[in-house]
Amino acid sequence: MKVTVPTPERKVYAIKGPKAVSEILKQIGLPCESVIVICGSELLTPDYVVPDDAEIQVRPAISGG
Amino acid sequence: MKCRKCGEPAVISLRRHNTAFCKEHFFGYFENQVKKAIHEQQMFGSQDRVLVAVSGGKDSLVLWDVLLRLGYQAHGLYIDLGIGEYSQRSREKVVQFAEERRATLRIVSVEEEYGLGTEELARRARRPPCSACGLNKRYIFNREAQNGGYDVIATGHNLDDEVATLFGNVLNWNGGYLARQSPVLPATRSNLARKVKPLYRLTEREIASYAVLKGIDYIVEECPMARGAKSIAYKHLLNQLEEASPGTKARFLFGFLEKGRPAFQEYQAEHDPVEVQPCSICGQPTTAGVCSHCRMLQRAAVLPGSD
Repeated sequence: MKVTVPTPERKVYAIKGPKAVSEILKQIGLPCESVIVICGSELLTPDYVVPDDAEIQVRPAISGG
Repeated sequence: MKCRKCGEPAVISLRRHNTAFCKEHFFGYFENQVKKAIHEQQMFGSQDRVLVAVSGGKDSLVLWDVLLRLGYQAHGLYIDLGIGEYSQRSREKVVQFAEERRATLRIVSVEEEYGLGTEELARRARRPPCSACGLNKRYIFNREAQNGGYDVIATGHNLDDEVATLFGNVLNWNGGYLARQSPVLPATRSNLARKVKPLYRLTEREIASYAVLKGIDYIVEECPMARGAKSIAYKHLLNQLEEASPGTKARFLFGFLEKGRPAFQEYQAEHDPVEVQPCSICGQPTTAGVCSHCRMLQRAAVLPGSD
Protein backbone atom coordinates (compact mmCIF):
# COMPACT_ATOMS: atom_id res chain seq x y z
CA MET A 1 0.00 0.00 0.00
CA LYS A 2 1.03 3.62 -0.41
CA VAL A 3 1.18 5.69 2.78
CA THR A 4 1.66 9.46 2.45
CA VAL A 5 2.61 11.76 5.31
CA PRO A 6 2.12 15.31 3.91
CA THR A 7 3.77 17.39 6.66
CA PRO A 8 6.09 18.65 8.11
CA GLU A 9 8.16 17.17 5.24
CA ARG A 10 6.27 15.12 2.69
CA LYS A 11 7.13 11.43 2.99
CA VAL A 12 5.80 8.45 1.05
CA TYR A 13 6.10 4.88 2.33
CA ALA A 14 5.43 1.58 0.53
CA ILE A 15 4.15 -0.86 3.15
CA LYS A 16 3.08 -4.46 2.65
CA GLY A 17 -0.59 -5.05 3.42
CA PRO A 18 -3.04 -6.06 4.66
CA LYS A 19 -2.12 -4.36 7.91
CA ALA A 20 -3.98 -2.65 10.78
CA VAL A 21 -3.73 1.14 11.02
CA SER A 22 -2.16 0.87 14.49
CA GLU A 23 0.60 -1.38 13.08
CA ILE A 24 1.22 0.99 10.17
CA LEU A 25 1.61 3.92 12.57
CA LYS A 26 3.98 1.90 14.73
CA GLN A 27 6.06 1.02 11.66
CA ILE A 28 6.43 4.66 10.57
CA GLY A 29 6.92 5.85 14.15
CA LEU A 30 3.90 8.13 14.62
CA PRO A 31 1.65 7.94 17.71
CA CYS A 32 -2.13 7.51 17.15
CA GLU A 33 -2.82 10.54 19.32
CA SER A 34 -0.87 12.92 17.03
CA VAL A 35 -2.36 11.98 13.65
CA ILE A 36 -5.51 11.19 11.72
CA VAL A 37 -5.55 8.47 9.06
CA ILE A 38 -7.56 9.20 5.92
CA CYS A 39 -8.65 7.06 2.98
CA GLY A 40 -10.53 9.18 0.42
CA SER A 41 -12.86 11.28 2.56
CA GLU A 42 -13.16 8.68 5.32
CA LEU A 43 -11.28 8.33 8.60
CA LEU A 44 -9.78 4.99 9.60
CA THR A 45 -9.77 3.75 13.19
CA PRO A 46 -6.64 2.07 14.66
CA ASP A 47 -8.09 -1.46 14.29
CA TYR A 48 -9.05 -1.01 10.61
CA VAL A 49 -7.11 -3.42 8.37
CA VAL A 50 -5.85 -1.60 5.27
CA PRO A 51 -5.66 -3.78 2.12
CA ASP A 52 -2.43 -4.01 0.15
CA ASP A 53 -3.74 -2.02 -2.85
CA ALA A 54 -4.97 0.96 -0.81
CA GLU A 55 -3.63 4.52 -0.69
CA ILE A 56 -3.89 6.27 2.66
CA GLN A 57 -2.79 9.57 4.13
CA VAL A 58 -1.42 9.91 7.65
CA ARG A 59 -2.01 13.57 8.45
CA PRO A 60 -0.36 15.08 11.51
CA ALA A 61 -2.94 16.84 13.69
CA ILE A 62 -0.41 18.86 15.69
CA SER A 63 0.14 22.50 14.96
CA GLY A 64 1.99 25.06 16.97
CA GLY A 65 3.58 28.43 17.23
CA MET B 1 -14.54 -0.89 16.02
CA LYS B 2 -18.22 0.00 16.58
CA CYS B 3 -19.96 3.20 17.64
CA ARG B 4 -20.69 3.10 21.37
CA LYS B 5 -24.12 4.65 20.79
CA CYS B 6 -25.57 2.86 17.75
CA GLY B 7 -23.29 -0.08 16.90
CA GLU B 8 -22.55 1.18 13.38
CA PRO B 9 -18.90 1.17 12.21
CA ALA B 10 -16.93 3.83 14.10
CA VAL B 11 -14.94 6.61 12.38
CA ILE B 12 -13.02 7.65 15.48
CA SER B 13 -11.90 6.11 18.74
CA LEU B 14 -11.61 8.34 21.79
CA ARG B 15 -9.42 6.47 24.24
CA ARG B 16 -9.64 9.23 26.85
CA HIS B 17 -13.38 8.59 27.04
CA ASN B 18 -12.99 4.84 26.47
CA THR B 19 -15.40 5.08 23.55
CA ALA B 20 -15.78 5.24 19.77
CA PHE B 21 -18.32 7.00 17.55
CA CYS B 22 -19.80 6.81 14.06
CA LYS B 23 -19.83 10.04 12.06
CA GLU B 24 -23.26 11.19 13.24
CA HIS B 25 -22.62 10.54 16.93
CA PHE B 26 -19.13 12.04 16.73
CA PHE B 27 -20.67 15.29 15.43
CA GLY B 28 -23.13 15.18 18.34
CA TYR B 29 -20.31 14.62 20.84
CA PHE B 30 -18.27 17.43 19.28
CA GLU B 31 -21.05 20.02 19.33
CA ASN B 32 -21.91 19.05 22.91
CA GLN B 33 -18.34 19.71 24.03
CA VAL B 34 -18.46 23.18 22.43
CA LYS B 35 -21.88 23.93 23.95
CA LYS B 36 -20.64 22.75 27.36
CA ALA B 37 -17.60 25.04 27.12
CA ILE B 38 -19.73 28.05 26.12
CA HIS B 39 -22.41 27.52 28.76
CA GLU B 40 -20.32 26.34 31.71
CA GLN B 41 -17.76 29.11 31.25
CA GLN B 42 -20.46 31.67 30.36
CA MET B 43 -18.50 32.66 27.26
CA PHE B 44 -21.31 34.44 25.37
CA GLY B 45 -25.03 34.34 24.71
CA SER B 46 -27.21 34.08 21.63
CA GLN B 47 -27.53 37.88 21.33
CA ASP B 48 -23.77 38.55 21.46
CA ARG B 49 -21.78 39.42 18.36
CA VAL B 50 -18.79 37.09 18.16
CA LEU B 51 -15.61 37.87 16.22
CA VAL B 52 -13.86 34.60 15.33
CA ALA B 53 -10.11 34.90 14.73
CA VAL B 54 -9.50 32.71 11.67
CA SER B 55 -6.15 31.67 10.23
CA GLY B 56 -7.12 29.12 7.58
CA GLY B 57 -6.00 26.27 9.85
CA LYS B 58 -8.26 23.51 11.13
CA ASP B 59 -8.96 24.90 14.61
CA SER B 60 -10.24 28.33 13.68
CA LEU B 61 -12.26 27.18 10.66
CA VAL B 62 -13.84 24.36 12.66
CA LEU B 63 -14.67 26.82 15.44
CA TRP B 64 -16.32 29.19 12.97
CA ASP B 65 -18.22 26.29 11.38
CA VAL B 66 -19.58 25.05 14.71
CA LEU B 67 -20.57 28.51 15.93
CA LEU B 68 -22.47 29.17 12.69
CA ARG B 69 -24.17 25.77 12.95
CA LEU B 70 -25.19 26.55 16.53
CA GLY B 71 -26.79 29.78 15.30
CA TYR B 72 -24.43 32.35 16.80
CA GLN B 73 -23.74 35.71 15.14
CA ALA B 74 -20.17 34.76 14.29
CA HIS B 75 -18.10 36.93 11.93
CA GLY B 76 -14.56 36.03 10.89
CA LEU B 77 -11.41 38.12 11.21
CA TYR B 78 -8.46 37.06 9.08
CA ILE B 79 -5.08 38.71 9.58
CA ASP B 80 -2.84 38.41 6.54
CA LEU B 81 0.54 38.09 8.22
CA GLY B 82 2.52 38.53 5.01
CA ILE B 83 4.29 35.17 5.28
CA GLY B 84 4.81 34.59 1.54
CA GLU B 85 2.88 31.79 -0.17
CA TYR B 86 1.73 30.38 3.16
CA SER B 87 -0.33 33.51 3.86
CA GLN B 88 -1.61 33.53 0.28
CA ARG B 89 -2.85 29.93 0.53
CA SER B 90 -4.34 30.34 3.99
CA ARG B 91 -6.16 33.51 2.91
CA GLU B 92 -7.68 31.63 -0.05
CA LYS B 93 -8.96 28.91 2.29
CA VAL B 94 -10.60 31.45 4.61
CA VAL B 95 -12.20 33.43 1.77
CA GLN B 96 -13.56 30.23 0.20
CA PHE B 97 -14.93 29.06 3.56
CA ALA B 98 -16.72 32.39 4.12
CA GLU B 99 -18.12 32.50 0.59
CA GLU B 100 -19.50 28.95 0.81
CA ARG B 101 -21.38 29.85 3.98
CA ARG B 102 -22.15 33.47 3.06
CA ALA B 103 -20.49 34.45 6.31
CA THR B 104 -19.11 37.92 7.09
CA LEU B 105 -15.32 38.12 6.89
CA ARG B 106 -13.07 41.05 7.84
CA ILE B 107 -9.48 41.06 6.55
CA VAL B 108 -6.51 43.03 7.88
CA SER B 109 -3.11 42.96 6.14
CA VAL B 110 0.02 43.38 8.27
CA GLU B 111 2.06 44.38 5.21
CA GLU B 112 -0.46 47.07 4.28
CA GLU B 113 -0.49 48.42 7.84
CA TYR B 114 3.23 48.41 8.61
CA GLY B 115 4.88 48.12 5.21
CA LEU B 116 6.55 44.84 6.18
CA GLY B 117 5.56 41.22 6.83
CA THR B 118 5.79 39.21 10.06
CA GLU B 119 9.24 37.71 9.37
CA GLU B 120 10.87 41.10 8.79
CA LEU B 121 8.96 42.63 11.70
CA ALA B 122 10.26 39.90 14.04
CA ARG B 123 13.81 40.22 12.71
CA ARG B 124 13.88 43.98 13.13
CA ALA B 125 12.26 43.83 16.56
CA ARG B 126 14.70 41.05 17.58
CA ARG B 127 11.87 38.80 18.74
CA PRO B 128 11.18 35.11 17.96
CA PRO B 129 8.73 35.03 14.99
CA CYS B 130 5.92 33.31 16.96
CA SER B 131 6.24 35.87 19.75
CA ALA B 132 6.10 38.87 17.38
CA CYS B 133 3.24 37.28 15.45
CA GLY B 134 1.23 36.49 18.60
CA LEU B 135 1.71 39.98 19.99
CA ASN B 136 0.66 41.53 16.71
CA LYS B 137 -2.40 39.29 16.36
CA ARG B 138 -3.62 39.96 19.91
CA TYR B 139 -3.31 43.70 19.31
CA ILE B 140 -5.19 43.62 16.00
CA PHE B 141 -7.90 41.26 17.33
CA ASN B 142 -8.61 43.64 20.18
CA ARG B 143 -8.57 46.74 17.98
CA GLU B 144 -10.85 45.19 15.33
CA ALA B 145 -13.27 43.93 17.98
CA GLN B 146 -13.50 47.46 19.36
CA ASN B 147 -13.88 49.05 15.94
CA GLY B 148 -16.51 46.55 14.84
CA GLY B 149 -18.53 46.69 18.06
CA TYR B 150 -18.13 42.97 18.87
CA ASP B 151 -18.91 41.62 22.34
CA VAL B 152 -16.31 38.89 22.34
CA ILE B 153 -13.33 37.47 20.43
CA ALA B 154 -13.32 33.67 19.96
CA THR B 155 -10.09 31.85 19.15
CA GLY B 156 -9.51 28.25 18.08
CA HIS B 157 -7.26 27.32 21.02
CA ASN B 158 -7.82 23.64 21.80
CA LEU B 159 -7.07 21.22 24.62
CA ASP B 160 -3.58 20.47 23.26
CA ASP B 161 -2.73 24.17 22.92
CA GLU B 162 -3.85 24.86 26.47
CA VAL B 163 -2.06 21.82 27.91
CA ALA B 164 1.19 22.70 26.08
CA THR B 165 0.97 26.29 27.34
CA LEU B 166 0.30 25.07 30.88
CA PHE B 167 3.21 22.62 30.67
CA GLY B 168 5.57 25.37 29.48
CA ASN B 169 4.41 27.76 32.19
CA VAL B 170 4.82 25.12 34.89
CA LEU B 171 8.31 24.20 33.66
CA ASN B 172 9.27 27.85 34.02
CA TRP B 173 7.01 28.68 36.98
CA ASN B 174 5.54 31.68 35.21
CA GLY B 175 3.23 32.69 38.04
CA GLY B 176 1.64 35.61 36.21
CA TYR B 177 0.79 33.51 33.15
CA LEU B 178 -0.50 30.65 35.32
CA ALA B 179 -2.81 33.07 37.14
CA ARG B 180 -4.22 34.30 33.83
CA GLN B 181 -4.49 31.04 31.83
CA SER B 182 -8.20 30.41 31.33
CA PRO B 183 -10.80 29.52 28.66
CA VAL B 184 -12.25 32.98 29.30
CA LEU B 185 -10.25 36.19 29.60
CA PRO B 186 -12.66 38.86 30.82
CA ALA B 187 -12.74 42.43 29.53
CA THR B 188 -11.09 44.12 32.50
CA ARG B 189 -11.09 47.51 30.73
CA SER B 190 -13.62 49.16 28.46
CA ASN B 191 -11.20 49.03 25.51
CA LEU B 192 -10.10 45.44 26.13
CA ALA B 193 -12.29 42.84 24.43
CA ARG B 194 -13.40 39.67 26.20
CA LYS B 195 -11.60 36.60 24.78
CA VAL B 196 -12.90 33.03 24.80
CA LYS B 197 -11.72 29.58 23.68
CA PRO B 198 -14.78 27.42 22.93
CA LEU B 199 -12.67 24.46 21.69
CA TYR B 200 -10.63 24.10 24.88
CA ARG B 201 -12.31 20.78 25.76
CA LEU B 202 -11.42 19.15 22.40
CA THR B 203 -8.09 17.71 21.22
CA GLU B 204 -6.37 18.57 17.97
CA ARG B 205 -7.00 15.05 16.68
CA GLU B 206 -10.74 15.43 17.33
CA ILE B 207 -10.76 18.83 15.61
CA ALA B 208 -8.82 17.58 12.57
CA SER B 209 -11.22 14.61 12.38
CA TYR B 210 -14.25 16.91 12.48
CA ALA B 211 -12.74 19.07 9.70
CA VAL B 212 -12.14 16.09 7.41
CA LEU B 213 -15.56 14.54 8.06
CA LYS B 214 -17.34 17.88 7.45
CA GLY B 215 -15.29 18.51 4.28
CA ILE B 216 -13.70 21.70 5.65
CA ASP B 217 -10.78 22.60 3.41
CA TYR B 218 -8.08 23.89 5.76
CA ILE B 219 -4.39 24.58 5.30
CA VAL B 220 -2.64 21.37 6.32
CA GLU B 221 0.95 22.59 6.19
CA GLU B 222 2.48 24.11 9.29
CA CYS B 223 3.33 27.82 9.33
CA PRO B 224 6.99 28.02 8.18
CA MET B 225 7.71 30.43 11.04
CA ALA B 226 6.55 27.87 13.63
CA ARG B 227 9.13 25.19 12.75
CA GLY B 228 11.07 24.24 15.85
CA ALA B 229 8.57 26.01 18.15
CA LYS B 230 8.72 24.79 21.76
CA SER B 231 4.95 24.29 21.84
CA ILE B 232 5.22 21.57 19.16
CA ALA B 233 7.93 19.74 21.12
CA TYR B 234 5.74 19.92 24.25
CA LYS B 235 2.76 18.54 22.33
CA HIS B 236 4.75 15.55 21.08
CA LEU B 237 5.93 14.83 24.60
CA LEU B 238 2.43 15.18 26.07
CA ASN B 239 0.98 12.90 23.41
CA GLN B 240 3.47 10.20 24.43
CA LEU B 241 2.11 10.47 27.97
CA GLU B 242 -1.44 10.40 26.59
CA GLU B 243 -0.72 7.21 24.64
CA ALA B 244 0.57 5.53 27.79
CA SER B 245 -2.24 6.86 29.97
CA PRO B 246 -5.32 8.14 28.09
CA GLY B 247 -6.93 11.19 29.68
CA THR B 248 -3.67 12.61 31.06
CA LYS B 249 -3.90 15.87 29.10
CA ALA B 250 -7.50 16.59 30.10
CA ARG B 251 -6.81 15.75 33.77
CA PHE B 252 -3.76 18.04 33.78
CA LEU B 253 -5.66 21.01 32.30
CA PHE B 254 -9.04 20.63 33.97
CA GLY B 255 -7.39 19.91 37.33
CA PHE B 256 -5.28 23.04 36.99
CA LEU B 257 -8.29 25.20 36.09
CA GLU B 258 -10.24 23.90 39.08
CA LYS B 259 -7.54 23.63 41.74
CA GLY B 260 -4.29 25.22 40.57
CA ARG B 261 -5.26 28.50 38.94
CA PRO B 262 -7.16 29.95 41.93
CA ALA B 263 -4.04 29.55 44.06
CA PHE B 264 -1.89 31.34 41.48
CA GLN B 265 -4.47 34.11 41.17
CA GLU B 266 -4.45 34.61 44.93
CA TYR B 267 -0.66 34.58 45.10
CA GLN B 268 -0.28 37.05 42.24
CA ALA B 269 -2.88 39.43 43.67
CA GLU B 270 -1.02 39.47 46.97
CA HIS B 271 2.61 39.50 45.79
CA ASP B 272 2.60 40.97 42.30
CA PRO B 273 -0.56 43.01 41.65
CA VAL B 274 -0.95 44.23 38.09
CA GLU B 275 -1.89 47.83 37.39
CA VAL B 276 -3.28 48.41 33.93
CA GLN B 277 -3.18 51.82 32.26
CA PRO B 278 -3.66 53.09 28.71
CA CYS B 279 -0.62 52.94 26.41
CA SER B 280 0.73 56.47 25.89
CA ILE B 281 0.91 55.85 22.12
CA CYS B 282 -2.11 53.75 21.11
CA GLY B 283 -4.34 53.88 24.19
CA GLN B 284 -4.74 50.09 24.47
CA PRO B 285 -4.36 48.65 28.00
CA THR B 286 -0.84 47.94 29.25
CA THR B 287 1.06 47.44 32.49
CA ALA B 288 3.86 49.71 31.20
CA GLY B 289 3.83 53.29 29.90
CA VAL B 290 4.11 52.10 26.30
CA CYS B 291 2.47 48.76 25.45
CA SER B 292 4.60 45.84 24.24
CA HIS B 293 3.06 46.06 20.77
CA CYS B 294 4.03 49.71 20.32
CA ARG B 295 7.50 48.95 21.76
CA MET B 296 7.87 46.20 19.16
CA LEU B 297 6.86 48.60 16.37
CA GLN B 298 9.35 51.14 17.70
CA ARG B 299 12.18 48.61 17.69
CA ALA B 300 11.21 47.62 14.13
CA ALA B 301 11.29 51.33 13.17
CA VAL B 302 7.63 51.24 12.13
CA LEU B 303 6.87 53.81 14.83
CA PRO B 304 9.24 56.63 15.86
CA GLY B 305 11.15 56.31 19.14
CA SER B 306 13.12 53.12 18.41
CA ASP B 307 15.62 52.01 21.03
